[in-house]
Amino acid sequence: MQLLTQLKIGQNAIITAIEADEYLFHRLSALGFRVGKPLSIIRRANFNGPLHVRLGTTDVILRDAEASRIRINAAI
Amino acid sequence: MKRIALLGMPNTGKSTLFNRISGASARVGNWPGITVDLMSAKILIGGHIAELIDLPGIYDLHGFSEDEQVVRHFLSSNAVDLVIVLLNSSQIDRQLSLVLQIKKLNIPSVLALNMADEAKQSGITIDTESLANALHIPVLSISAKYGDGLPKALQAATQIINQNQAATDPKVISELLQEDHQIEHEMENLIQHHVQIPTTFTNNTTDKIDKILLHKWLGLPIFFAAMFILFQFIFTVGKPLQDGLAWVFSLFRSSLLDPVFTSSPVWLSGLMLDGVYNGIATVAAFVPIIVLFFLVMSMVEDSGYLSRAAFLMDSLMAKMGLDGRGFVMMLMGFGCNVPALMGTRIMRSRPMRLLTMLVIPLSLCSARLQVFIFIITALFTVKHAPLVLFTLYVMSFLTMFLTAILFQGQYKNAEPFILELPPYRFPTLRQIVLRGWHEVKHFLVRASKFIMIGVVLVWALTNFPSNVPPASASTYAGQIGALFAPILDPLGINNQLAIALIFGFVAKEIVVGALAVIYGMQGDALMMHMATQIDWVQAMSFMLFTLIYTPCLSTIATLKSEAKSSTFMWLSITWSLGLAWVVSFVFYQSARWLGY
Repeated sequence: MQLLTQLKIGQNAIITAIEADEYLFHRLSALGFRVGKPLSIIRRANFNGPLHVRLGTTDVILRDAEASRIRINAAI
Repeated sequence: MKRIALLGMPNTGKSTLFNRISGASARVGNWPGITVDLMSAKILIGGHIAELIDLPGIYDLHGFSEDEQVVRHFLSSNAVDLVIVLLNSSQIDRQLSLVLQIKKLNIPSVLALNMADEAKQSGITIDTESLANALHIPVLSISAKYGDGLPKALQAATQIINQNQAATDPKVISELLQEDHQIEHEMENLIQHHVQIPTTFTNNTTDKIDKILLHKWLGLPIFFAAMFILFQFIFTVGKPLQDGLAWVFSLFRSSLLDPVFTSSPVWLSGLMLDGVYNGIATVAAFVPIIVLFFLVMSMVEDSGYLSRAAFLMDSLMAKMGLDGRGFVMMLMGFGCNVPALMGTRIMRSRPMRLLTMLVIPLSLCSARLQVFIFIITALFTVKHAPLVLFTLYVMSFLTMFLTAILFQGQYKNAEPFILELPPYRFPTLRQIVLRGWHEVKHFLVRASKFIMIGVVLVWALTNFPSNVPPASASTYAGQIGALFAPILDPLGINNQLAIALIFGFVAKEIVVGALAVIYGMQGDALMMHMATQIDWVQAMSFMLFTLIYTPCLSTIATLKSEAKSSTFMWLSITWSLGLAWVVSFVFYQSARWLGY
């Protein structure tokens, strides 16, 4: 099990857990981040910038602070 | 009167739908239970006149952001006869939760699945009939952008309204607004049975464009180039419009107004013409450029490019307590501070918004640029001119970054940075115009008051006592200038320039005209005369001070209105005045000490 921040570009994974306070949890949930959902990393911005993540039909950008709250299992 | 609320997640085309239904008749208003203003419009629906209210876009009825609280408070304080829930059809797999949350409140609702055209293109099919049966509410597929499906949707809405179901008591609603963990399972179930989503889903066009616009190394340069081109466009189109308006106004004055006032006492004609009419003309001079900026800003936002720019700039901005979107606003501020300040509305975190609004007025806007070009031309050689201007731009960025870094502790942002990257959408002309119209109307009403008062005041100060030459040292303005001499002398700013600064407080565009009145000559003659009156060190100090000291009255009015706080406005003014003084002081004294 890894953190979302450790996923490589272009890799697919499934969300296994979301460890966040209520506020963040709700916001992530509304954007499609839920346990069991598949996602993939499209790209990362330069200078340790945000991650561009795709879940189903939604594309989202988020910083490491938030991405590290999401645990994933990388697809082999 | 029946009340209909329009609700939806962000980026679902809610404002497009609202504008389509309400046209230009929408107005901003106050509502019991909430402190934010909401847009509403009276619409004709099935023979009734009903009130349609545009609720803020929210992700979650149970969320903690300001917008989410506003919606909860609104529903708990105002009886609603119908809620139209708007979803993005392509993202129904996560957005259905919102309509399920509304259902729990027992408010009659209609589910409108927007962007049906996009869903179709991606191969997503939604069985609206069976979904409607499962949900027990009408489900309609629409495209607000093209108007498809709207008549049917409004028909469904009419039917519900005509059923005259008793609106749920708002007080009951606040009790019902409690967490429900079942919603997730419900949603999964509904999606499985009534929606088909192809397993591999990519929006080819958007992805292709993003490969270029979000390219690791090309992305940022392309962004700056795009901004530059947009600015060029605005000025190329706006300048002739401005000149045209100025011509119309002066023609009106010389042919109609001057003759009317020839027999009036000097003070009356002065007040009406140089004061009030001049004030109106000054406001009018703003309008073309500001309208264009609003339109461009709306386009950048609605097309989806704003989120991309935020992605590219976020890591740098985060170090200063701002976020990626703040950078785009700051850049817009280099054109005109006002639309940039209003653009910060998309930031839902108040501390972040305030910090960004504190920074934006320090940008070297186009009005300040006019002043600088004039002075640089008068006092610097062709060789040095570009360097001087570049230095001023650099100073602008430095003061913005400094302000952000110094105040980021004061305005700590608690909200997580998670932004949607919507697919690229090219807004229709109609969308752009309607959106621009509402924003501009708001701004004009607000700023005109301030500007009118300011211009009349400046006229009065420079023309009384009436037995002295206008704008000279013996007028009230001159006396005020003399009053500030102890503070301004160490900066190398003499009495005449001080009077120009007073004018500059109203609007930077009138500074050059003010210098003409002060020195009694115009154009090249004025430039040559000024070159004999002050040296380049004084000129630079004056420009640095003008860059930072205060923005124009329209900006201050907008700042106060957007922040909804006079305290914040005073903070901004005090900070920039103080910073301007320090910067000019350090420059002027160092330059003199070094022997210049």
